Amino acid sequence: MRLGRFLAWATGLLALALLAGLGWAAFAPITLDSHDELFEIPKGTWARRMAGDKVEILPDLINLTLALNDTLLLRNQDEVPQQFGPVLIMPGQSFRLPFEVASTYSFACTAHASGQMSVVVASTPAPGWETLQWRWKRWTARG
Amino acid sequence: MKHVLFRFLPSLLLALALCATAHAATALKAGVFEPAQAAPEFSLRGSDGAELKLARYRGKLVLLVFGFTNCPEVCPTTLATLAETRKAMGADAAAVQVVYVTVDPERDDITRIRQYLGAFDPGFVGGTGSPDALAAVRKSYGVAAEKVARPGGGGYGMSHSSSVYLIDREGRLRAMMPYGHEAKDFVHDLKLLLASR
Repeated sequence: MRLGRFLAWATGLLALALLAGLGWAAFAPITLDSHDELFEIPKGTWARRMAGDKVEILPDLINLTLALNDTLLLRNQDEVPQQFGPVLIMPGQSFRLPFEVASTYSFACTAHASGQMSVVVASTPAPGWETLQWRWKRWTARG
Repeated sequence: MKHVLFRFLPSLLLALALCATAHAATALKAGVFEPAQAAPEFSLRGSDGAELKLARYRGKLVLLVFGFTNCPEVCPTTLATLAETRKAMGADAAAVQVVYVTVDPERDDITRIRQYLGAFDPGFVGGTGSPDALAAVRKSYGVAAEKVARPGGGGYGMSHSSSVYLIDREGRLRAMMPYGHEAKDFVHDLKLLLASR
Protein backbone atom coordinates (compact mmCIF):
# COMPACT_ATOMS: atom_id res chain seq x y z
CA MET A 1 0.00 0.00 0.00
CA ARG A 2 2.80 2.38 1.08
CA LEU A 3 4.90 1.34 -1.90
CA GLY A 4 1.96 1.94 -4.24
CA ARG A 5 1.46 5.47 -2.91
CA PHE A 6 5.20 6.19 -3.18
CA LEU A 7 5.25 4.99 -6.77
CA ALA A 8 2.22 7.14 -7.63
CA TRP A 9 3.89 10.21 -6.08
CA ALA A 10 7.16 9.47 -7.82
CA THR A 11 5.45 9.02 -11.18
CA GLY A 12 3.51 12.25 -10.68
CA LEU A 13 6.66 14.18 -9.80
CA LEU A 14 8.51 12.72 -12.74
CA ALA A 15 5.66 13.66 -15.09
CA LEU A 16 5.63 17.20 -13.67
CA ALA A 17 9.40 17.53 -14.12
CA LEU A 18 9.12 16.25 -17.68
CA LEU A 19 6.33 18.71 -18.46
CA ALA A 20 8.31 21.56 -16.96
CA GLY A 21 11.34 20.54 -19.01
CA LEU A 22 9.32 20.35 -22.22
CA GLY A 23 7.72 23.72 -21.46
CA TRP A 24 11.11 25.29 -20.97
CA ALA A 25 12.51 23.68 -24.14
CA ALA A 26 9.53 24.86 -26.18
CA PHE A 27 9.12 28.41 -24.89
CA ALA A 28 12.41 29.62 -23.39
CA PRO A 29 13.98 32.10 -25.84
CA ILE A 30 16.99 30.85 -27.80
CA THR A 31 20.06 32.87 -26.96
CA LEU A 32 23.34 31.97 -28.57
CA ASP A 33 26.53 33.77 -29.39
CA SER A 34 27.48 34.29 -33.02
CA HIS A 35 28.30 30.96 -34.59
CA ASP A 36 30.62 30.43 -37.53
CA GLU A 37 29.58 27.60 -39.82
CA LEU A 38 33.13 26.69 -40.82
CA PHE A 39 34.17 24.91 -43.99
CA GLU A 40 37.89 24.45 -44.37
CA ILE A 41 40.06 23.32 -47.27
CA PRO A 42 42.87 21.37 -45.60
CA LYS A 43 46.51 21.49 -46.63
CA GLY A 44 47.26 19.10 -49.46
CA THR A 45 43.80 19.25 -51.07
CA TRP A 46 45.16 20.46 -54.40
CA ALA A 47 47.78 17.67 -54.43
CA ARG A 48 45.07 15.10 -53.68
CA ARG A 49 42.91 16.45 -56.51
CA MET A 50 45.87 16.33 -58.88
CA ALA A 51 46.40 12.71 -57.85
CA GLY A 52 42.84 11.92 -58.93
CA ASP A 53 41.03 12.03 -55.57
CA LYS A 54 37.56 13.50 -55.78
CA VAL A 55 37.61 15.85 -52.82
CA GLU A 56 34.25 17.43 -51.96
CA ILE A 57 34.42 19.88 -49.07
CA LEU A 58 31.65 22.37 -49.60
CA PRO A 59 28.14 20.88 -49.95
CA ASP A 60 25.71 22.08 -52.65
CA LEU A 61 23.33 23.20 -49.91
CA ILE A 62 24.17 24.91 -46.62
CA ASN A 63 21.56 25.62 -43.94
CA LEU A 64 21.99 28.57 -41.60
CA THR A 65 19.68 30.07 -39.00
CA LEU A 66 19.37 33.83 -39.07
CA ALA A 67 18.62 34.89 -35.51
CA LEU A 68 21.20 32.48 -34.15
CA ASN A 69 23.79 34.72 -35.84
CA ASP A 70 25.13 31.91 -38.01
CA THR A 71 27.84 33.17 -40.32
CA LEU A 72 29.34 31.27 -43.24
CA LEU A 73 33.11 30.99 -42.75
CA LEU A 74 35.25 29.56 -45.54
CA ARG A 75 38.95 28.99 -44.91
CA ASN A 76 41.70 27.90 -47.28
CA GLN A 77 44.57 26.11 -45.50
CA ASP A 78 45.95 24.74 -48.75
CA GLU A 79 49.03 26.07 -50.52
CA VAL A 80 47.26 27.24 -53.69
CA PRO A 81 44.27 29.56 -54.30
CA GLN A 82 40.99 27.66 -54.13
CA GLN A 83 37.59 28.40 -55.60
CA PHE A 84 35.36 27.90 -52.60
CA GLY A 85 31.69 28.37 -53.35
CA PRO A 86 31.25 31.87 -54.75
CA VAL A 87 34.75 33.11 -53.92
CA LEU A 88 38.37 32.58 -54.79
CA ILE A 89 40.29 32.35 -51.53
CA MET A 90 44.05 32.72 -51.34
CA PRO A 91 46.24 30.35 -49.30
CA GLY A 92 45.89 31.09 -45.58
CA GLN A 93 42.96 33.39 -46.21
CA SER A 94 39.40 33.12 -44.95
CA PHE A 95 36.12 34.60 -46.10
CA ARG A 96 33.38 35.40 -43.60
CA LEU A 97 29.89 36.04 -44.98
CA PRO A 98 27.12 37.26 -42.69
CA PHE A 99 23.41 37.09 -43.60
CA GLU A 100 20.73 39.49 -42.40
CA VAL A 101 17.68 38.35 -44.36
CA ALA A 102 16.06 34.91 -44.25
CA SER A 103 16.08 33.64 -47.83
CA THR A 104 17.69 31.17 -50.22
CA TYR A 105 20.90 32.54 -51.70
CA SER A 106 22.20 30.97 -54.91
CA PHE A 107 25.77 31.47 -56.02
CA ALA A 108 27.44 30.49 -59.26
CA CYS A 109 30.12 28.01 -58.24
CA THR A 110 32.52 26.23 -60.54
CA ALA A 111 33.56 23.88 -57.72
CA HIS A 112 30.25 22.02 -58.01
CA ALA A 113 29.05 19.85 -60.84
CA SER A 114 25.69 21.68 -60.79
CA GLY A 115 27.52 25.00 -61.21
CA GLN A 116 25.61 26.37 -58.22
CA MET A 117 25.79 26.52 -54.47
CA SER A 118 22.82 27.50 -52.29
CA VAL A 119 22.70 28.85 -48.78
CA VAL A 120 19.32 28.58 -47.10
CA VAL A 121 19.01 31.09 -44.30
CA ALA A 122 16.05 30.26 -42.07
CA SER A 123 14.51 32.62 -39.54
CA THR A 124 14.46 31.92 -35.79
CA PRO A 125 12.34 28.95 -34.74
CA ALA A 126 8.92 30.13 -33.47
CA PRO A 127 8.19 29.54 -29.77
CA GLY A 128 6.49 26.18 -29.17
CA TRP A 129 6.82 23.19 -31.43
CA GLU A 130 9.51 24.69 -33.73
CA THR A 131 11.74 25.69 -30.82
CA LEU A 132 11.23 22.27 -29.22
CA GLN A 133 12.21 20.54 -32.47
CA TRP A 134 15.25 22.81 -32.84
CA ARG A 135 16.46 22.03 -29.29
CA TRP A 136 15.85 18.33 -29.78
CA LYS A 137 17.88 18.26 -33.00
CA ARG A 138 20.70 20.21 -31.38
CA TRP A 139 20.71 17.93 -28.32
CA THR A 140 20.69 14.72 -30.37
CA ALA A 141 23.38 16.07 -32.70
CA ARG A 142 25.64 16.62 -29.68
CA GLY A 143 25.04 13.17 -28.26
CA MET B 1 57.79 56.07 -15.87
CA LYS B 2 57.32 58.79 -18.48
CA HIS B 3 60.18 57.34 -20.46
CA VAL B 4 58.61 53.86 -20.46
CA LEU B 5 55.24 55.29 -21.50
CA PHE B 6 56.74 57.14 -24.47
CA ARG B 7 58.64 54.03 -25.48
CA PHE B 8 55.52 51.90 -25.66
CA LEU B 9 53.06 54.56 -26.83
CA PRO B 10 53.60 54.00 -30.62
CA SER B 11 53.10 50.22 -30.24
CA LEU B 12 49.99 50.81 -28.15
CA LEU B 13 48.55 53.22 -30.72
CA LEU B 14 49.34 50.79 -33.52
CA ALA B 15 47.63 47.94 -31.66
CA LEU B 16 44.57 50.12 -31.07
CA ALA B 17 44.47 51.11 -34.75
CA LEU B 18 44.72 47.45 -35.80
CA CYS B 19 41.92 46.51 -33.40
CA ALA B 20 39.76 49.30 -34.83
CA THR B 21 40.47 48.10 -38.39
CA ALA B 22 39.67 44.49 -37.52
CA HIS B 23 36.44 45.55 -35.85
CA ALA B 24 35.42 47.61 -38.90
CA ALA B 25 36.11 44.64 -41.15
CA THR B 26 33.94 42.28 -39.14
CA ALA B 27 31.13 44.80 -39.01
CA LEU B 28 30.73 44.95 -42.79
CA LYS B 29 27.50 43.76 -44.37
CA ALA B 30 29.53 42.19 -47.18
CA GLY B 31 31.57 39.02 -46.93
CA VAL B 32 35.05 39.87 -45.68
CA PHE B 33 38.42 38.52 -46.80
CA GLU B 34 40.86 38.04 -43.92
CA PRO B 35 43.64 38.91 -44.24
CA ALA B 36 42.98 41.32 -47.11
CA GLN B 37 45.37 40.91 -50.04
CA ALA B 38 46.15 42.99 -53.12
CA ALA B 39 43.29 42.89 -55.62
CA PRO B 40 44.43 41.22 -58.84
CA GLU B 41 45.47 43.90 -61.33
CA PHE B 42 44.33 43.94 -64.96
CA SER B 43 44.76 46.01 -68.06
CA LEU B 44 41.70 46.51 -70.29
CA ARG B 45 40.32 49.06 -72.75
CA GLY B 46 38.33 51.56 -70.71
CA SER B 47 34.99 53.02 -71.78
CA ASP B 48 36.47 56.48 -71.15
CA GLY B 49 39.09 55.87 -73.84
CA ALA B 50 41.97 55.30 -71.43
CA GLU B 51 43.61 52.09 -70.26
CA LEU B 52 41.51 50.59 -67.46
CA LYS B 53 43.68 49.53 -64.53
CA LEU B 54 42.93 49.36 -60.83
CA ALA B 55 46.10 51.34 -60.16
CA ARG B 56 44.36 54.34 -61.77
CA TYR B 57 42.01 54.47 -58.80
CA ARG B 58 44.48 54.11 -55.94
CA GLY B 59 43.22 56.41 -53.22
CA LYS B 60 39.59 55.63 -54.08
CA LEU B 61 37.32 52.76 -53.11
CA VAL B 62 36.56 50.62 -56.15
CA LEU B 63 33.36 48.65 -56.61
CA LEU B 64 34.18 46.02 -59.21
CA VAL B 65 31.31 44.39 -61.11
CA PHE B 66 31.26 41.76 -63.86
CA GLY B 67 28.36 41.69 -66.32
CA PHE B 68 27.12 42.33 -69.86
CA THR B 69 25.02 45.10 -71.33
CA ASN B 70 22.31 42.74 -72.66
CA CYS B 71 21.74 41.42 -69.14
CA PRO B 72 18.00 41.44 -68.52
CA GLU B 73 17.92 41.71 -64.74
CA VAL B 74 21.02 41.25 -62.57
CA CYS B 75 23.23 43.96 -64.12
CA PRO B 76 20.53 46.67 -64.35
CA THR B 77 19.56 46.00 -60.73
CA THR B 78 23.15 46.04 -59.50
CA LEU B 79 24.12 49.17 -61.46
CA ALA B 80 20.98 51.02 -60.35
CA THR B 81 21.79 50.09 -56.75
CA LEU B 82 25.35 51.35 -57.15
CA ALA B 83 24.15 54.60 -58.74
CA GLU B 84 21.78 55.07 -55.79
CA THR B 85 24.66 54.30 -53.44
CA ARG B 86 26.86 57.02 -54.95
CA LYS B 87 24.01 59.54 -54.71
CA ALA B 88 23.47 58.64 -51.06
CA MET B 89 27.19 59.01 -50.31
CA GLY B 90 27.02 62.77 -50.98
CA ALA B 91 30.46 64.37 -51.07
CA ASP B 92 32.09 61.00 -50.33
CA ALA B 93 30.90 59.72 -53.73
CA ALA B 94 34.01 61.32 -55.21
CA ALA B 95 36.03 58.69 -53.35
CA VAL B 96 34.06 55.80 -54.88
CA GLN B 97 34.66 54.43 -58.39
CA VAL B 98 32.43 51.81 -60.03
CA VAL B 99 34.28 49.60 -62.53
CA TYR B 100 32.21 47.33 -64.78
CA VAL B 101 34.04 44.57 -66.65
CA THR B 102 32.15 42.89 -69.46
CA VAL B 103 31.85 39.12 -69.72
CA ASP B 104 30.55 39.46 -73.30
CA PRO B 105 33.28 41.04 -75.46
CA GLU B 106 31.53 39.83 -78.62
CA ARG B 107 28.75 42.39 -78.24
CA ASP B 108 30.07 44.85 -75.65
CA ASP B 109 32.40 47.30 -77.35
CA ILE B 110 33.62 50.53 -75.78
CA THR B 111 30.85 52.68 -77.26
CA ARG B 112 28.09 50.33 -76.18
CA ILE B 113 29.47 50.01 -72.63
CA ARG B 114 29.85 53.81 -72.32
CA GLN B 115 26.26 54.42 -73.44
CA TYR B 116 24.93 51.66 -71.21
CA LEU B 117 26.75 52.81 -68.07
CA GLY B 118 25.95 56.46 -68.76
CA ALA B 119 22.26 55.68 -68.30
CA PHE B 120 23.00 54.75 -64.68
CA ASP B 121 25.81 57.12 -63.71
CA PRO B 122 28.18 58.95 -66.06
CA GLY B 123 30.96 58.41 -63.53
CA PHE B 124 30.94 54.62 -63.98
CA VAL B 125 33.80 53.22 -66.06
CA GLY B 126 33.59 49.98 -68.03
CA GLY B 127 36.20 47.76 -69.56
CA THR B 128 36.59 45.21 -72.30
CA GLY B 129 39.41 43.32 -73.94
CA SER B 130 40.17 40.14 -75.81
CA PRO B 131 38.23 37.04 -74.71
CA ASP B 132 41.47 35.60 -73.29
CA ALA B 133 42.30 38.78 -71.35
CA LEU B 134 38.79 38.92 -69.89
CA ALA B 135 38.88 35.23 -69.01
CA ALA B 136 42.16 35.82 -67.15
CA VAL B 137 40.60 38.67 -65.17
CA ARG B 138 37.61 36.50 -64.27
CA LYS B 139 39.88 33.66 -63.22
CA SER B 140 41.88 35.92 -60.92
CA TYR B 141 38.68 36.91 -59.09
CA GLY B 142 37.01 33.49 -59.22
CA VAL B 143 34.20 34.82 -61.39
CA ALA B 144 32.12 32.38 -63.42
CA ALA B 145 30.63 33.33 -66.82
CA GLU B 146 29.08 31.11 -69.43
CA LYS B 147 27.24 31.66 -72.68
CA VAL B 148 23.70 30.24 -72.59
CA ALA B 149 21.30 29.90 -75.52
CA ARG B 150 18.08 31.90 -75.14
CA PRO B 151 14.90 29.79 -75.32
CA GLY B 152 13.39 29.93 -78.80
CA GLY B 153 16.75 30.45 -80.50
CA GLY B 154 16.81 34.25 -80.08
CA GLY B 155 20.53 34.87 -79.60
CA TYR B 156 22.28 34.16 -76.33
CA GLY B 157 22.56 35.35 -72.76
CA MET B 158 25.37 35.09 -70.24
CA SER B 159 25.15 33.29 -66.93
CA HIS B 160 27.60 35.08 -64.65
CA SER B 161 28.60 35.71 -61.05
CA SER B 162 26.65 38.61 -59.67
CA SER B 163 28.61 39.77 -56.64
CA VAL B 164 30.30 43.15 -56.25
CA TYR B 165 33.94 43.28 -55.12
CA LEU B 166 34.97 46.01 -52.68
CA ILE B 167 38.56 47.20 -53.12
CA ASP B 168 40.00 49.65 -50.62
CA ARG B 169 42.03 52.79 -51.24
CA GLU B 170 45.29 50.88 -51.01
CA GLY B 171 44.15 48.45 -53.72
CA ARG B 172 43.38 45.53 -51.40
CA LEU B 173 40.44 43.25 -52.03
CA ARG B 174 38.55 43.66 -48.77
CA ALA B 175 35.09 42.23 -49.33
CA MET B 176 32.49 40.80 -51.67
CA MET B 177 28.85 41.86 -51.54
CA PRO B 178 26.50 39.16 -52.83
CA TYR B 179 23.72 40.13 -55.23
CA GLY B 180 20.51 41.44 -53.70
CA HIS B 181 21.81 43.93 -51.14
CA GLU B 182 20.26 47.39 -51.05
CA ALA B 183 22.08 50.70 -51.51
CA LYS B 184 22.02 51.36 -47.76
CA ASP B 185 24.19 48.28 -47.18
CA PHE B 186 26.76 49.52 -49.71
CA VAL B 187 26.70 52.99 -48.12
CA HIS B 188 27.24 51.39 -44.70
CA ASP B 189 30.25 49.38 -45.86
CA LEU B 190 31.80 52.11 -47.97
CA LYS B 191 31.66 54.56 -45.07
CA LEU B 192 33.36 52.00 -42.83
CA LEU B 193 36.04 51.38 -45.43
CA LEU B 194 36.57 55.10 -45.94
CA ALA B 195 36.97 55.51 -42.19
CA SER B 196 39.42 52.63 -41.85
CA ARG B 197 42.93 52.26 -43.18
